[in-house]
Amino acid sequence: MEVLSEGMGELIGWHDPDDAREWVQKNKSRELKDKTMSAKEAVDRFVRDGDYIAGGGFGHVRVAMAIIYEIIRQRKRNLIMAGKTAVHDLELLVCSECVNKVEIAYAFGYELRGLAAGSRRMVESGRCKVVAETSNGGYQWRLLAAMMGLPFIPSRNLLGTDTFKYSSCKAVKDPFSGKPINLIPAAYPDVAFIHVHRCDIYGNAQIDGAEVEDVELSRCARRLIITTEEIVDDEYIRREPWRTKIPFFVVDAVVEVPYGSHPCQMPGRYYFDEEHIAEWFRLSKSDEGVNEYLEKYVFGVSSFEECLELCGGIKKLNYLKKREFLREPMIAPWRERNSKK
Amino acid sequence: MAIKGVAEGKYNLREYLAFIGASLLEDKKSVFVGTGLPIIASMLAQRTHAPNLLIIFEAGGMGPRLPELPVSVGESRTFYKAIAASSMHDVMSLSQAGYVDYGFLGAAQMDMFGNINTTVIGPHDSPKVRLPGSGGANDVASFSQRLITIIAEQSPRTFVSQVDFVSTPGYLDGPGSRERAGLARGSGPYRVVTQLGIYGFDEKTKRLKLISLHPGVSLDEIKKNCRFEVMTTQEAGISPEPTDNDLKILREEIDPAGIVLGK
Repeated sequence: MEVLSEGMGELIGWHDPDDAREWVQKNKSRELKDKTMSAKEAVDRFVRDGDYIAGGGFGHVRVAMAIIYEIIRQRKRNLIMAGKTAVHDLELLVCSECVNKVEIAYAFGYELRGLAAGSRRMVESGRCKVVAETSNGGYQWRLLAAMMGLPFIPSRNLLGTDTFKYSSCKAVKDPFSGKPINLIPAAYPDVAFIHVHRCDIYGNAQIDGAEVEDVELSRCARRLIITTEEIVDDEYIRREPWRTKIPFFVVDAVVEVPYGSHPCQMPGRYYFDEEHIAEWFRLSKSDEGVNEYLEKYVFGVSSFEECLELCGGIKKLNYLKKREFLREPMIAPWRERNSKK
Repeated sequence: MAIKGVAEGKYNLREYLAFIGASLLEDKKSVFVGTGLPIIASMLAQRTHAPNLLIIFEAGGMGPRLPELPVSVGESRTFYKAIAASSMHDVMSLSQAGYVDYGFLGAAQMDMFGNINTTVIGPHDSPKVRLPGSGGANDVASFSQRLITIIAEQSPRTFVSQVDFVSTPGYLDGPGSRERAGLARGSGPYRVVTQLGIYGFDEKTKRLKLISLHPGVSLDEIKKNCRFEVMTTQEAGISPEPTDNDLKILREEIDPAGIVLGK
């Protein structure tokens, strides 16, 4: 195939498909065994300095927060993060200086709430490097190619733009149509962490609502940590096997963390804790504020439950449940920040 | 200076932009929406002239009956009473295969061919201002048949001859360049809405062309708030105005907290 143009972005997390298969053969077990452990143990065992990491969900929806806090607490360094629909996940890991390289589809923003102060400051001051650009669809298909055990997947996005120029894609002449087509390289994160609604002790997991790109991410990541709202009996999974979105043999750790997406949303369970996000907005405006936040909510607590207590405990969680089911009105305590426009 | 209805205090600029956005959507068509005003406009269309508008979100929500303004295009509101909650792969694939009639985005900076920048101001590797990046916008603009974009603040800084970074494709360098790059035949930018008017694209040159001025806005203001020469014609009309019912729906049903539409 004739290569028409090549992006100059750094090719993160690509492996020759034979090497990828070999890694799976050597390192992933098909044995049905109990993988439950604490967040501390999961991060200690599976996240190494310098790893290429990716979070499941949608940046501030269905996020494995306990793993993010634990990565910060264990002071992992030089991590490269997939900026795939990234929001609060990447923001905290960049501001805490765990992640210093990112490949960006979407990051540095909180969607409707506006731009992120913290991670943008880290990038604009050179403390975090953007090593490649892509789009959300582009990133999702990096994971799809890897999940399929292929070196790349063809697509018709990115073509003709600067996003392509700064990506790790190549445009070639399609031997079938004769037209230019984009080739998106596979991406195999060293470790991924995904929060789910329920899963058994082996890692068979169910997700309610949109899967986003977690079917693909779960299957292409070399190591996968699942955090779950609850652990259910294996029989429960086997009763409705069509609901299994992630099968046990791609899972390395299962961590039970009720309310484990807080302050982010968990579809069908609880809504965003906008008050907490507003507090982060206020504190993330300065390095000192970031430190104050991390001291209070990450280093200063010994467990996820303790963090939830600090955020308002059962009263707050009950409110967030009502809010999810539209029984409380919308609030936007972070809005002052954007209202000057 | 301002839109007549805004100057008279009947509605604010954001409410007007949401209304104009809604007026561009058709019933029984699909629209792939981005965060903010595009969602509000689609919700208004669904509650007025386009009850069977198929709204699509990148994380997998398809055909929801949106109960209130979602904070995220991936949150549970995006599949509230929906026909499906699937995945990004599903939505992007369906879009690439031709099932999306309208893409609908918000943006800050655009050039005369409708190319959009949401990545950086200044050099990429040492940015003056870092922005969120393409997000799903490049995909929406590549895959949907007709792209609508809202630029809330048209000015010489946002309507520029050349964007700092082409995050998302418009007509790239002009006629035929999308197809030459490999993008889908016949797809591309369709309408651009700003605080001053509604634009389309000239058939021959693929350049931005004024379709209508918002009531009370002069041609001079359009020209002053633009770094390139915007195409105008004699037949440029006047944009429509919202009814009381449109405003009631926006204020009471869609964004009662005034998160986007508030002053």
